[in-house]
Amino acid sequence: MAEIWQGFLKAIELIVSLDPEVMEIAGRSLRISVTSCLLASFICIPLGSLIHFHNFRGKRAVINIIQTFFSLPTVCVGLFVFVLFSRAGPLGGLGIMFTPTAMVIGQMILITPILLGLTISALSGVSKEIVDTAISLGASSFQTTVAVLREARYAVLAAVTMGFGRAIAEVGCAIMVGGNIRGFTRVITTAISLETSKGELELSIALGIILLFLALIVNVALNRL
Amino acid sequence: MSLIEVVGLNHRYGERKVLENINLNINKGEAFCLIGSTGAGKTTLLRLIDLLETPASGDIYFDGLCIPKSGRQRLEIRRRMAFVLQKPQVFNLSVYDNVASGLRWRREKKDRIDKKVNEILEMVGLEDYRNRNARTLSGGEAQRVALARAMVIEPEILLLDEPTANLDPGSTAKIEQLVSYISEQGNTTIIMATHDMPQGQHLANRIGVLLDGKIVQTGDVEQVFRSPQDEEVANFVGMENIIEGVVTANNEGMVTLDIGGGAIQAVSDFPVGERVYVCVRPEDITLALSRTQSSARNSFYGKITQVVSFGPLTRVEMDCGFRLVSLVTKVSVEELSLQKRKEVYASFKATGVHLIKRRAK
Ligand SMILES: Nc1ncnc2c1ncn2[C@@H]1O[C@H](COP(=O)(O)OP(=O)(O)O)[C@@H](O)[C@H]1O
Ligand SMILES: [Mg+2]
Repeated sequence: MAEIWQGFLKAIELIVSLDPEVMEIAGRSLRISVTSCLLASFICIPLGSLIHFHNFRGKRAVINIIQTFFSLPTVCVGLFVFVLFSRAGPLGGLGIMFTPTAMVIGQMILITPILLGLTISALSGVSKEIVDTAISLGASSFQTTVAVLREARYAVLAAVTMGFGRAIAEVGCAIMVGGNIRGFTRVITTAISLETSKGELELSIALGIILLFLALIVNVALNRL
Repeated sequence: MSLIEVVGLNHRYGERKVLENINLNINKGEAFCLIGSTGAGKTTLLRLIDLLETPASGDIYFDGLCIPKSGRQRLEIRRRMAFVLQKPQVFNLSVYDNVASGLRWRREKKDRIDKKVNEILEMVGLEDYRNRNARTLSGGEAQRVALARAMVIEPEILLLDEPTANLDPGSTAKIEQLVSYISEQGNTTIIMATHDMPQGQHLANRIGVLLDGKIVQTGDVEQVFRSPQDEEVANFVGMENIIEGVVTANNEGMVTLDIGGGAIQAVSDFPVGERVYVCVRPEDITLALSRTQSSARNSFYGKITQVVSFGPLTRVEMDCGFRLVSLVTKVSVEELSLQKRKEVYASFKATGVHLIKRRAK
């Protein structure tokens, strides 16, 4: 109990004193996760709309598979990206292994199912009558899609928030493809993992609190949209 | 020329036939009312006309042009119409943005949109709600938003699906007022579905009766209400007195009918021996306490069995050897102190009787 309290005080101290290393790590966490979340959103929101508004054979199955991948273990994504980008891998020539880029790609893969699945269910929440209303008022299919997305905006935003949360909180993939290199790929979660193994519990707790604090700020910001 | 021509239209949902061989012409500038009970297929027909669905078979012509079953042209034609759905539907946006939607989708200029939207909001009396989220409005207000949103497009055809179903009387009156205003302007062809007979009578120039997926009669309002062509339509248009009879004499257009408990005089050229339904609108029957010297050819003595008043009118049911229903004003109810078991004389003119040929079952 005392440790948590100590950690809390330390966190405040680190935050108030704008500790350079902590700030740097937190900044990187935020940068990587915001980037992966934005990029994944740009892909998944249109793609999810496409799936929702088109009827094709096996649509139900596709949605089931997407939902199954909600519980994709982060280390599996890490493994996949590792195999893909490691020196001997098919995309090894790109040389992005153990860089923030690889981490962004890993997180994008990780949160794609969530963003896709939740976008589709957000759109399903809009009634058929609203869709018909838009069409009958002269909206083209693209305009109808935009109108329905706008109608479902709070649910879509919730999907993005969920995706961001999963991205910033994951550690397995970040360690495997980032490598926890100090000053380069070290993020809050990998730092916590390292500090805890070194017995630096106070610093770990401080970093954990900072992570939650960051998530809070992002959530508040997103909800203001 | 017809603005909309529907030719041999059939539609089904799964195995269920919903519309069967619909043929319909709608003229430019008229207010056409589709009447029919719930489930008759009114909504489906409106959806097909608005190109929200494609028919199983048959064609729809818009301004002489056969509408293709798919493709870009459908959007262009759809943009010349506007459809107000049965349940008031509003987007989760401000009232202003709701009303502006159709114009934005047509890429109108911003200042033009602003001018038109403000004008329409004033017209429907929602100018103070401009910035309110439309989802927070009452049903009647939401329906006015929906109507304004359709009107602002200045459609050639305005489709209205039971625009006042589920609305309170006050909101209903406002919507009806707006619809009749649009109709009077004459630039918009209105196609309205309703199951509310008086509303159809009040707002339409022409009526089409849709029963069980088939158009059974189309015609001017008077024609449909006065001279329904079969028993079903008669029932539906509020012809409450439908009595089976047989023609026993025909004197140069004045026929005498045997209805079992008495004889009725009517104007018709049905031959002697024809089996008919004798129809009399309840509002055409007048009541008196003694056999009057009125010009009405038909007068029956009977006992009142039921008196029910709704609004300014009272429905009086009596037994004259056969059942007769009359619709009288509240004033006459009071003057004659009409009540159950009271004895009255019911009279109606020979010209007020409409005869429908009975088909062999
Ligand atoms: N999407 C649908 N799927 C299956 N059946 C439908 C659908 N829409 C309407 N129907 C059926 O078609 C018939 C006509 O419906 P509708 O056109 O809504 O009638 P109305 O508007 O006159 O009440 C009804 O029996 C209804 O149950
Ligand atoms: Mg309907």
